[in-house]
Amino acid sequence: MIPLVPARASAALAVWLVALMLGLAGPLLLAPTPAGAVMPDEMLDDPEMEARARDIGEQLRCVVCQGESIDESNAPLARDMRILVRKRLSQGDSNQEVIDYLQDRYGDFVLMKPPFKPTTWVLWLGPPLLLVAGGIGVAMYYRGRRGESAAAPLSPSEEARLQALLEAEDAAANGRHDDAANGRHDESRGGRA
Amino acid sequence: MRDTPAAAPSGRRRWLYLLPVGVFLVLAGIFALQLADPPGQVLPSELIDRPVPEFALEPLPGRGRPLTSEHLKGEVSLVNIFGSWCVACVQEHPFLVDIKNTGDVPIHGIDWNERNPEDGMKWLQRFGDPYDRAGLDPDSEVAIAFGVTGAPETFVVDRNGVIRYKHSGPITPTVWSKTLKPLIEDLRRQ
Repeated sequence: MIPLVPARASAALAVWLVALMLGLAGPLLLAPTPAGAVMPDEMLDDPEMEARARDIGEQLRCVVCQGESIDESNAPLARDMRILVRKRLSQGDSNQEVIDYLQDRYGDFVLMKPPFKPTTWVLWLGPPLLLVAGGIGVAMYYRGRRGESAAAPLSPSEEARLQALLEAEDAAANGRHDDAANGRHDESRGGRA
Repeated sequence: MRDTPAAAPSGRRRWLYLLPVGVFLVLAGIFALQLADPPGQVLPSELIDRPVPEFALEPLPGRGRPLTSEHLKGEVSLVNIFGSWCVACVQEHPFLVDIKNTGDVPIHGIDWNERNPEDGMKWLQRFGDPYDRAGLDPDSEVAIAFGVTGAPETFVVDRNGVIRYKHSGPITPTVWSKTLKPLIEDLRRQ
């Protein structure tokens, strides 16, 4: 009898699924982030400085909507922040100086990517540590199970009892089997033989 | 038959089975506490105990008495961020007028993010004008310098021009009597 999904076929299926997922996600990973809400009237004439402003805008969080960068957000305050970023760049600020100014006013919260420092250690290290702890937990669980079965050999009296039980069961099973064989054809056994 | 050890767990195992229940109880407790007493500030202000940012704002059209950072030195005052577009400001406004009428503390206004410069002035004419000095901040530069995330927001500034407290959202009689008024009296004594 042919299994529903043969082992070789299921491996092929897995490869196809992974390929499909990569195919769907790849363009998302490679595509440049859309400028979103940046309006033409906000943009600087100097394309190089405008590119710097975009670079900064992607790194700054909209403090009103919280889940978006200021470049993605349509909130009026995000627009004013974009304009402020461009104004400060035009006045000769470096990218870092612009970011530092807003961080000084709004704290780390305004950064899309929180800095790595003592107060954010849990944030950055928590997930990988949990993963490692989970892995250790799973490993210990399986080691424990293996140890359990290996560490408890049967005593001679248990061996004797087991033998007796098995013999009794065999005898009972043979009796039942004879009855069943008379009653109906044994499909289940025939199918696998 | 292989399940026999699970049916008679050792002491340590039994404790492990209770772990999810324990985690649930701890989480439920935290949620209950947070629901009963929500944190007052959505975001903490970075500017507490720092001098007000340097600024000079134009007055509201026809009103006079513009607001600059220099005006915030000399006595304890409140700086209220508002806008004619802001619904919660309408809710807060009558109480600000009450505070002005009692003469407890000068309130200065920053009219933030108006589409037209006259909008804020019209709004004050309609709902009353609680402000001593007031300035227009059409492009949010001063609001951003104050780390403002929404309106209304109110800063308590001491006589040296240092920001001592920020309240986000409307000032209610409770906020006033429990937090702001005692703080202002305390700052006056210092």
